[in-house]
Amino acid sequence: MITEPSFTQKQSSTPPVVVENLVKRFGDFVAVDNVSFNVQAGEVFGWLGPNGAGKTTTIRILLGLLKPTSGKTFVLGFDSNLQKKEVHARVGYMSQQFTLYNDLTPWENIRFYGGVHEMRPAELRLRIPEIIHMAGLEGRENAMTRTLSGGWKQRLALGCAIVHKPGVIFLDEPTAGVDPISRREFWQLIYQMADEGVTVVVTTHYMDEAELCQRIGFISQGKLVALASPSVLKKSQMRGFVLEVNASNPEQVVRILKAAAQNQQLALDEVALYGAQVHTVVPDVMLYKEKIMALLLANQISVRSIDWIAPSLEDVFISSVKDPLESKSV
Amino acid sequence: MAETVILAKDLVKQFKNDKTVITAVDHLSLQVAAGETYGLIGPDGAGKTTTIRVLLGLLNRTAGESSILGFDSMRSTYPIRDRTGYIAQSNVLPPDLSVMENMQFFADIHGVDLAVQKKNIPELLAFTGLGNFTSRLAGKLSGGMKKKLALACSLIHEPQVIFLDEPTLGVDPVSRRDFWNLLGNLRTEKGLTIFMSTPYMDEAERCTQVGLITKGRMIASGTLPEIKALLPGHLLEFAPFPFKPAQQICLILPGVLETQVYGEKLHVFVDDVAVRQPQIEAALAAEGIRHDELREIEARMEEAYISLVNRHKSTSLENVQSLPGGNQ
Repeated sequence: MITEPSFTQKQSSTPPVVVENLVKRFGDFVAVDNVSFNVQAGEVFGWLGPNGAGKTTTIRILLGLLKPTSGKTFVLGFDSNLQKKEVHARVGYMSQQFTLYNDLTPWENIRFYGGVHEMRPAELRLRIPEIIHMAGLEGRENAMTRTLSGGWKQRLALGCAIVHKPGVIFLDEPTAGVDPISRREFWQLIYQMADEGVTVVVTTHYMDEAELCQRIGFISQGKLVALASPSVLKKSQMRGFVLEVNASNPEQVVRILKAAAQNQQLALDEVALYGAQVHTVVPDVMLYKEKIMALLLANQISVRSIDWIAPSLEDVFISSVKDPLESKSV
Repeated sequence: MAETVILAKDLVKQFKNDKTVITAVDHLSLQVAAGETYGLIGPDGAGKTTTIRVLLGLLNRTAGESSILGFDSMRSTYPIRDRTGYIAQSNVLPPDLSVMENMQFFADIHGVDLAVQKKNIPELLAFTGLGNFTSRLAGKLSGGMKKKLALACSLIHEPQVIFLDEPTLGVDPVSRRDFWNLLGNLRTEKGLTIFMSTPYMDEAERCTQVGLITKGRMIASGTLPEIKALLPGHLLEFAPFPFKPAQQICLILPGVLETQVYGEKLHVFVDDVAVRQPQIEAALAAEGIRHDELREIEARMEEAYISLVNRHKSTSLENVQSLPGGNQ
């Protein structure tokens, strides 16, 4: 993607987000365990992990809200730990429970957040209409914020988070639970910002948000377990292959395959119902297609098809964060 | 043909507030057979929770019919309660009771005999993997474990059907996968009928039947393949730069049925991939628009939902919503 770093305040060749050998301990608990990654200018980066994996801790350290135990983080070239003020002035943050003043209008909300960031009135007079336009709030700028629907509020919250033209914006589960149409409009805005050179870091555990990122970092138990684009992750990171079994009686198929996995007749990593189909993760496609077919036929199941299907990002995620020993017991 | 377990026919629920009337459920019909896993899928505010509450008789319906196992939702609430389990969205497990005490508490509420409790409680604890946590306070459980305990409590009286209102909300992917596997086990081992609501489109794939709901109305229902068959044509995906002119060009090309925006990618529905793909590539090249490779991808439930909602909007004028002009 061609990007023009018009929003980036400090011109430099270093990536806008740098995490180097980051470690954070809380007592004996290692929340972040020697994590390193960079996010490039204008990139939309997804930072993923299950609850308690160290996702939020990493972001807090980047924002200078927590001190690292060791290692360093830089935002737009400033050390998060030593140059907090410089970092705060140049980043935007939008949380899941974004705070808008419901009894103010969108225009007033944007002005308020501009004031928080010490923007001058003359500057704000130019900036507010830009934000209103970007968020598609024309015609609503003087309505009470409480009368806006979820999707509008969300775009307004994003507008408030970028009023001071941050070079990096952190979004925490920005579209969880929102209807798909509003979500897509919101992501269109995110990519507009990225095209203008803003670096976007999205923390989430919703795979439908993660799918929309250009590159993803997976953190599990404090360790970075994968770092790549969604399509590369689906090709490279999955342990085993997903087979989809189409058969007359899916419930019976699950029982048979689980029993076979239990008594170690077949090395199946997971057996699960997906509507009328059964998904299972196997170590070898051709061999296991035959083995499963033979086993099901021996049990008088009529099998329509067994297909090798692409894993979903969630399949990859589960596979990446699962302890290989633990997964055998499933 | 399996018996009908859950039935709604032209169901209407209105909330009256001063002078305004809000129609939360608008002539909604659905039918769920025994052993099905039914997913009511729609965004926040679509009417999912209200539908569940009216079906269970927790709210009075305004018009239409609703019943569970042949019992009318409004007239036979007690027989319904004996035969159904329900996990509300903000399920409240007493936080100062242990896992075991919670189980006993819900068993007592449902009037389950002590002898039956002695058999069911250990079984359900083993089933949900909570066997090693019986003395832990419910308030100290992780989000995923709370959901499992809620599931165990809802099954204590051996219901024939369970209702789950957004059970995977706020749960991380690992716990979500665990929870769905538990529901799968209930289907395979007990033949339980499951009715669940969710805002997550990908969960449709776990259901045998789904209903797509928006603004209180059912816009499509059926099996996953049936819903996907309602989509127009085939789906091409690519990332163009610049984006907006590319979308405008595609929209006026012959054979293009619909376009959708997906992050940095453009989704274009066409009638015939072999014919339209070269035409799209030529049209983009003529305007100097760069793009990555055009790929045919399989539409997911999300693409189907958006397409069906858009179609629904354009056919019902009173529902036309003003969309933001800035990013269309």
